[in-house]
Amino acid sequence: MSVRVGKADRAPAFPGAAKRLMGNTQLRQNVRRATDTIRGKRAKVVAEMADWEELRDAAHEIKEHTLRHLDFYLEQFETNCAGAGGQVHWARDADEANGIVIGLLRERGQTEVVKVKTMTSDETQLNVALQAAGITPHETDLADMIVQLGEDQPSHIVAPALHRNRAEIRQIFLKKMKLGELGDRPEDLAAAARTYLREKFLRVQAGFSGANFAIAETGSICVVESEGNGRMCLTLPEILITMLGVEKVIPTFNDLEVFLQLLPRSATGERMNPYNSIWTGVAPGDGPREFHVVLLDNNRTGVLADPEARATLDCIRCGACLNACPVYRQTGGHAYGSIYSGPIGAILSPQLQSMEHSRSLPYASSLCGACYEVCPVKIDIPEILIHLRGKLVESGYPPLAERVAMKVAAVALSDGDRLSAAQKLARLCQWPFEHEGQLRNLPGILGGWTAFRDLAAIPKESFRDWWSARTGGKDA
Amino acid sequence: MSDAKIEILEKIRRAVPPRPADRAVEYAGIARRYRQSGTLDRAACLDLLEERLHDYGAGVYRASRADLPAAIDRAAAARNKARLLIPGALPSEWPVGRTSRSAFFVMSEWLPDSVEFLPAESATYDDMDRAEGALTGCAAAIATTGTIVLRHSAAEGRRALTLVPDYHLCIVFANQIVETVPEALRLMHAAGAQLLTTIAGPSATADIEMTRIQGVHGPRTLDVILVV
Repeated sequence: MSVRVGKADRAPAFPGAAKRLMGNTQLRQNVRRATDTIRGKRAKVVAEMADWEELRDAAHEIKEHTLRHLDFYLEQFETNCAGAGGQVHWARDADEANGIVIGLLRERGQTEVVKVKTMTSDETQLNVALQAAGITPHETDLADMIVQLGEDQPSHIVAPALHRNRAEIRQIFLKKMKLGELGDRPEDLAAAARTYLREKFLRVQAGFSGANFAIAETGSICVVESEGNGRMCLTLPEILITMLGVEKVIPTFNDLEVFLQLLPRSATGERMNPYNSIWTGVAPGDGPREFHVVLLDNNRTGVLADPEARATLDCIRCGACLNACPVYRQTGGHAYGSIYSGPIGAILSPQLQSMEHSRSLPYASSLCGACYEVCPVKIDIPEILIHLRGKLVESGYPPLAERVAMKVAAVALSDGDRLSAAQKLARLCQWPFEHEGQLRNLPGILGGWTAFRDLAAIPKESFRDWWSARTGGKDA
Repeated sequence: MSDAKIEILEKIRRAVPPRPADRAVEYAGIARRYRQSGTLDRAACLDLLEERLHDYGAGVYRASRADLPAAIDRAAAARNKARLLIPGALPSEWPVGRTSRSAFFVMSEWLPDSVEFLPAESATYDDMDRAEGALTGCAAAIATTGTIVLRHSAAEGRRALTLVPDYHLCIVFANQIVETVPEALRLMHAAGAQLLTTIAGPSATADIEMTRIQGVHGPRTLDVILVV
């Protein structure tokens, strides 16, 4: 079994990638403007809900309950979906999932497929596999289309093209849609996408989607969207394939009443997103005649096995933690090197890859807790970040120099005399770098701090020396 | 059972902590202290729905049952619509009352003459693409979120009817309005809905600079007639 999360196994470590992206002022401005907008909208519509905390509590409990009984609910979903005319497939990893999708399309002679936005298929790199198999995928979500046409990577789990502004998007559309002219108002860009995709919606006979929720009790799937491209892909083709992670199942239809209140307000700051589609197997006379579901593990069961981190699987992919994160807001999503970026990506990406890749991500946080505050299902992301850092230390992750420095610090700080000796030594060594009481341009790994901010110099007299002189050596 | 299924289920069973024997009891014990029903009276609910529909860019008309044909005429004229597709049956609520006769002919008896109504039952997706718009009923409406709920019964038509045409004119009766999301979903579940579409305003996107832009792939214009 090979677990793959997009191209995260080949991505550079976070600090280097972040530093490079921080130099891109246009990108930083785009990310800052977009996240400011969405944070404002979210705060307004969350404030309208007197029972927001009660909804969060219920969502958390439902998710925890579901994970405890995940085997039961998955089998129940399969039975009910099959009862309604759907067919359920199980995939251990990305390659197996992609293989199932390609097999289904090939057997039916399909050479094109219209796709609804899904992070899960980005995780399995389905588009790459489809193209290799001679099948053309058409992304139909506006942002995914911008990413696909721009040969780019998604930078946000809800708005994958959040790092692009309207002028950049216009350039991509002009080039790839072979348009003579095009305005740069968002309305013009949306209209261009409508015209470009309408022909494909009416012609292509295979649709592909992810799922926001799979309902065990009824065997139904729920897809949450805005543009109507989802409804097009779910309704007009003859064959529909839906791929979802095993953690997306919820027990009952009524549980939707919790998640459909939390998700839109958290994700896009809307009281309700423009469209939700819920369907159950195959509906006679309405929509696809054939429906397949691919249930993907891709090491979600590995995450489930860690009691301190399994709440990672509660995530409903709203993106609120990205928008709230002071680190994400500076670097944007690409620095994380994974399709799952921001705080949730920092815990999900390394775990899905058995902590073998994306190992710098649990450190890509100041542990400020903003992510936990806004999480609609109350995932304690800072706690999980600390837990994962612990796991990484045990596996020898941080570079040798950092580990040696920490050991030395532990020795120095554990004894008053040793601390005093260390301070004397530091006072001697700091003079070449001191300027008006601040240290600048420190050498070696210490330079990582002073490259971006000053550090107060160690004063001539320590508090202990001062106290000792004042009391004549006696304790007060 | 496929090898993959066996392996995934085994991994889950090894991974999960010890769990209570009675899953149903544990599920029933989940605390649901959130609002599960509304507190507003019917008039306040109606006002709230209207305000929220406006908020999300829908056009809203109010009409009495007797005025409904005139309201349809007014709405269609305001959007320059001369021909609208209609679903295969009537809601029992509609002015002509319960009938098993072909909806199209029954409806033409009271629908305004100024607009031509075409039955959508036999329309292809391409026909719908060329159509000027669609007139349908709904299954429920949620005031708090400004949402229309369709369960695609005969009065609402199959899913494509309210998706492919560029204009949707939807009729909501006052007794179909609930205040909260839980009330609407529970009604739909109780009615055994297999298909459900919720609509909040015309199709939109926030993908460009996180700014809401109306009108992408679904109907670019949504009008609602509230029948009071």
